[in-house]
Amino acid sequence: MYKYDDYDQQMVDTRVEEFRDQVRRRLAGELTEDQFKPLRLQNGLYLQLHAYMLRVAIPYGTLNSTQMAALGDIADKYDRGYGHFTTRTNIQYNWIKLDDTPDALADLAKVEMHAIQTSGNCIRNISSDQYAGAAADEVADPRPYAELLRQWSSFHPEFLVLPRKFKIAVIASEIDRAAMRLHDIGIRLVRSDAGELGAEFHVGGGMGRTPFIAKKLRDFVPIDQMITFAEACVRVYNRYGRRDNKYKARIKILVHELGLEAYAREVDAEFAHLLTQPIEPPLAELKRIQGFFTDPPFAQETGGEVDPDDRDDPDFRLWLDRNTYPHKQPGYAIANVSLKPIGGIPGDATSDQIRLMADLAREYSFDELRVTHAQNIVFPHVKKRDLYALWQRLDAADLSTPNLDTVGDIIACPGLDYCALANARSIPVAQKISERFGSAEKQAEIGELKLKISGCINACGHHHAGHIGILGVDKKGKENYQLLLGGSEGADTSLGQITGPGFDEDGVVDATEKAIEVYLANKQGEERFLDTYRRIGMAPFKEAIYG
Amino acid sequence: MVDVQFRFRDDDAVNDPAVTVSAFTEQSNATAVRVEPGDDARELLPSLDRLALVEVAFPNWTDGRGYSSARILREAGYTGELRATGDLVIDMLHHMRRCGFDAFAPEKPLNPDDAKVAFERWENVYQATAVDGRQPIWAKRHPA
Repeated sequence: MYKYDDYDQQMVDTRVEEFRDQVRRRLAGELTEDQFKPLRLQNGLYLQLHAYMLRVAIPYGTLNSTQMAALGDIADKYDRGYGHFTTRTNIQYNWIKLDDTPDALADLAKVEMHAIQTSGNCIRNISSDQYAGAAADEVADPRPYAELLRQWSSFHPEFLVLPRKFKIAVIASEIDRAAMRLHDIGIRLVRSDAGELGAEFHVGGGMGRTPFIAKKLRDFVPIDQMITFAEACVRVYNRYGRRDNKYKARIKILVHELGLEAYAREVDAEFAHLLTQPIEPPLAELKRIQGFFTDPPFAQETGGEVDPDDRDDPDFRLWLDRNTYPHKQPGYAIANVSLKPIGGIPGDATSDQIRLMADLAREYSFDELRVTHAQNIVFPHVKKRDLYALWQRLDAADLSTPNLDTVGDIIACPGLDYCALANARSIPVAQKISERFGSAEKQAEIGELKLKISGCINACGHHHAGHIGILGVDKKGKENYQLLLGGSEGADTSLGQITGPGFDEDGVVDATEKAIEVYLANKQGEERFLDTYRRIGMAPFKEAIYG
Repeated sequence: MVDVQFRFRDDDAVNDPAVTVSAFTEQSNATAVRVEPGDDARELLPSLDRLALVEVAFPNWTDGRGYSSARILREAGYTGELRATGDLVIDMLHHMRRCGFDAFAPEKPLNPDDAKVAFERWENVYQATAVDGRQPIWAKRHPA
């Protein structure tokens, strides 16, 4: 894991002091709320419906147990004893007081964390594959590259007031676990035929009211030019992205309106120019960072498997089969903690749960945890022989729901319960769906089904990318929900299609049930919901829902 | 014209009237130009040597195009006064310096004490902008 040196520490400490000064000027009336807003947003501080919300960055979703425990303590000290893990692999606190925020940020800085650029029209937290460093299918660990990008993008003097927010993801495998193609820039590390590592750049993806899948901009940028190329991409966007309408200000609209080729020509010219400028950090810096991401000291005995006696515990077996993933190291597994208990609020965890997960990471996973864009937590390196003990500890804390990637593993935004932008509530819909389909039997029958809910067209709940997506809208003052089918976020990224007229809260849960019935009636072999939908098309679903 | 409140140059202040970019590219005797957010700063590159002042306008500080304009001019070797003017805020002054601005003419004068703190706040920086002469952190980590 990356460790701050004195420079990194000084940067976050300086930021805390700067923010403390901004809050002082705001409270003293030297700054109006209008002037303060863009400044606090660059520190992840939103004014929500009931209180301030603080969004804390978890760079590329990786954290150690000390950091995780600190997140639990902050929930107790400054919030109401819980936190909400987000689809950008960050954590949000929903009940923060303005004059507490500098102290909360100072507490974070003590454990090498911050809220820098978790909001505002700037380059946001860099996200990555939650299985980085543990999955067998990556060409390199993507996190050092994400860290290089984190440093480059932090306080980048030219890119702090872009036309709109800017999200970058870095992955390193064919399978895309980070929704890379739904980012403003998606980078996939690749190896050339000659064995050289490079960066495949995708640009212009995003959700929101006008969803786009990112288009491939470059097959191969040499790794020692990656930062310079990213700088060229963002400069062209800063200069030409629309600023007349915030809903048309993302880079996806620029790429769409200019056309990929015209955008690429601009980037190429800017890149050629920027290569003459001393912008790129030396490879020695990348090597320094990579030194923090070497493999943990895995036990060398091979063939360690789960004890057959443990498998006899049916609840454990369900979890084992559903929530673990193969590790590159024999004898180890990747274990997922679902933050989606039946009827719960997706992504929420109490301070006690957060601290418990910190303890468990220390005991069972080489001190490491990951946050996923599906709002779950990962123990990346667990000995298979330890899985039962780990599961028992999770189970005692209501953290053992065996529903990874099933209909109960819902992604949902905070919705109208918390968010000032939302048109409709997301959480109650998620709870109802989870209650209706969450039983182990139902889930086993339905299998993999990614269901995603957004409370407004900003699409923080990724509804476009759900096998089933639900979008809350405001219809003449009433909450109304549209249903979408056929979205996906992986290597086979696609955008969902709206079924037809919307529903009320119970109606959309019923319509979801009908869609699932159509799937089960038409399913062939091992088909997932998405596969069946792609094969038979929208018509049978529409007929069942509206017929 | 708005008064210059902060200036980081030793030469005499330039008070030539600034003309628009399109006027500048059409007339050969102007020595000062004003770049609006939508202007292409690259149009000035062929005639940098006759420029003594470039004013970059910020009608609204949250429109960040002027940051790119500034860097483009400096990267191309412009050494005259580069003045930010308009809706300037304390907290961005440091970043503007990093992009090559060396004079600041805020529409509403800024608190000079707060501004001084802001200009000097960041002892270290992560990026090489190639135009402010500052050594980024990575260069300090790996001295040549």
